[in-house]
Amino acid sequence: MGQKLAKFDIIKVMNKILEVENLHFKYEKESEVEQLDGVSFFVEKGEWVSIIGQNGSGKSTTARLIDGLLEEFTGTVKIDNEVLTNQNVWDLRRKIGMVFQNPDNQFVGATVEDDVAFGMENQGIPREEMLKRVDEALLAVNMMDFKKKEPARLSGGQKQRVAIAGIIALRPEIIILDESTSMLDPTGRADIMRVIHEIKEKYGLTVLSITHDLDEAAQSDRIIVMKDGKVAEVARPEVLFGSNEDMVEIGLDVPFTSNLMADLRHVGFDLPNEYMDDKKLTQVLTGMLKK
Amino acid sequence: MLMGRYIPGDSAIHKMDPRSKLLVMIAFIAVIFLANDWLGYLLLLIYTFAGVWLSKISISYFLKGLRPMLGLILFTVIFQMLFTPGEHILFHFWILQVSIESLINAVYIFFRFVLIIFMSTILTLTTPPLTLADGIETGLSPLKKLKVPVHELGLMLSISLRFIPTLMDDTTMIMNAQKARGMDFGEGSLLQKIKSVIPILIPLFVSSFRRADDLAIAMESRGYQGGDGRTKYRQLKWQSRDTILVISIIIMALVLILWSKVSK
Repeated sequence: MGQKLAKFDIIKVMNKILEVENLHFKYEKESEVEQLDGVSFFVEKGEWVSIIGQNGSGKSTTARLIDGLLEEFTGTVKIDNEVLTNQNVWDLRRKIGMVFQNPDNQFVGATVEDDVAFGMENQGIPREEMLKRVDEALLAVNMMDFKKKEPARLSGGQKQRVAIAGIIALRPEIIILDESTSMLDPTGRADIMRVIHEIKEKYGLTVLSITHDLDEAAQSDRIIVMKDGKVAEVARPEVLFGSNEDMVEIGLDVPFTSNLMADLRHVGFDLPNEYMDDKKLTQVLTGMLKK
Repeated sequence: MLMGRYIPGDSAIHKMDPRSKLLVMIAFIAVIFLANDWLGYLLLLIYTFAGVWLSKISISYFLKGLRPMLGLILFTVIFQMLFTPGEHILFHFWILQVSIESLINAVYIFFRFVLIIFMSTILTLTTPPLTLADGIETGLSPLKKLKVPVHELGLMLSISLRFIPTLMDDTTMIMNAQKARGMDFGEGSLLQKIKSVIPILIPLFVSSFRRADDLAIAMESRGYQGGDGRTKYRQLKWQSRDTILVISIIIMALVLILWSKVSK
């Protein structure tokens, strides 16, 4: 843990790549209810931040505002120290790659390679460069064998990998995952998370992940909890999932091991108040049993 | 259903540029109307079958392509036979008459249909739909000067093609879901049959709207701003065999024009 904290401190000195300040937004002008009601947070360069919250808490809306996909909001979005405006939205969007929920509906190209090339075509990248980057991106997500295949012949997880390849090819600085694994089976989900972890390390990316999967969130550097269009809490997963009561109050669940720890504490085990994943917990428990 | 189906292969015709194939296909339809006697039709027939032979695709596929059109062809042919006026009348009944001229005319029309269908079948059987869409887009690019939104048309075409299997899956899923809820398809009177389509059609429309919405957002997030300043990943290659193909149809047209001048 000490090592992780040290890394965290170094990052702190570095710049905030994404800053969101006091965002207010509603889908319909006349509507009384605000979808977002003063959302503020920041993401450091190289961080993996997860946003969790119930359906309708404004997670996806926030992601879409950051990418400039929704208009007419108040507050500021700063990407790489530049304030998002109508004029620079296309430039700033280049720094962000978004992977959406439904693997079928974001597949624009007619074949895998066309889909990977789509974003590059939009940016006017010369064809020679595109050929190179398509291969590179497909290798990175391990989809080279499927280069010429049509989307109808791919599984959901494979389509999501293609979507990620399309983003790698664009070389963004931030990847936003908008519930990208929620329509996949557990194998596909684990597979996608592994791929994203790999490319995050390889290209030094920043990841903002919106998710319902708490085990996925538990692996991130920080977690932002949203409730009713507000940021309810920002904390490291170890702290956040340490105690169940706060989370249940917000209306969210906690990861499996967190519940297990609470039960163990209840029957008299003396466990630390910090969240641990299954491996860590196994270690601690075997250590206790040996004593 | 054979319409629009592609059969993979590596024949000379498969390797041709879709633009040259499209061009020749359109030119061929015009050329057919230049032929007005049996020699002209024989020439066209040879040209078409040379294409069929070069495509290395079994003739049965072409006959299958003909089948759905057969009713329409026979209908037209019979009408032509019965209502065309002529001098050498073979058969006469009320306002209907069959003459040698009308019989010959009917045969010509039959061949026109068959040749056009064979030719278009060669095009669809040897060209993947996507490449065809590319070919149509670049083929239309001169129309940009007339403010025709060629890029948008091409994009719509390729997205439609890409979503056909997805929407087919949707349809099957919705049908099965409605069946599971006690819906009967294809039973009862015509009116009931039509009514039973509604529970498929409406969910299908709604899901298409949702898909379109998601797709538009995904495209925008990947920097899509319309056709200007875009580069293209796919590239069509015009080879010497394409030039030969185009020259062959020009020669064909010239021969037929000359022949009709001479025979007069």
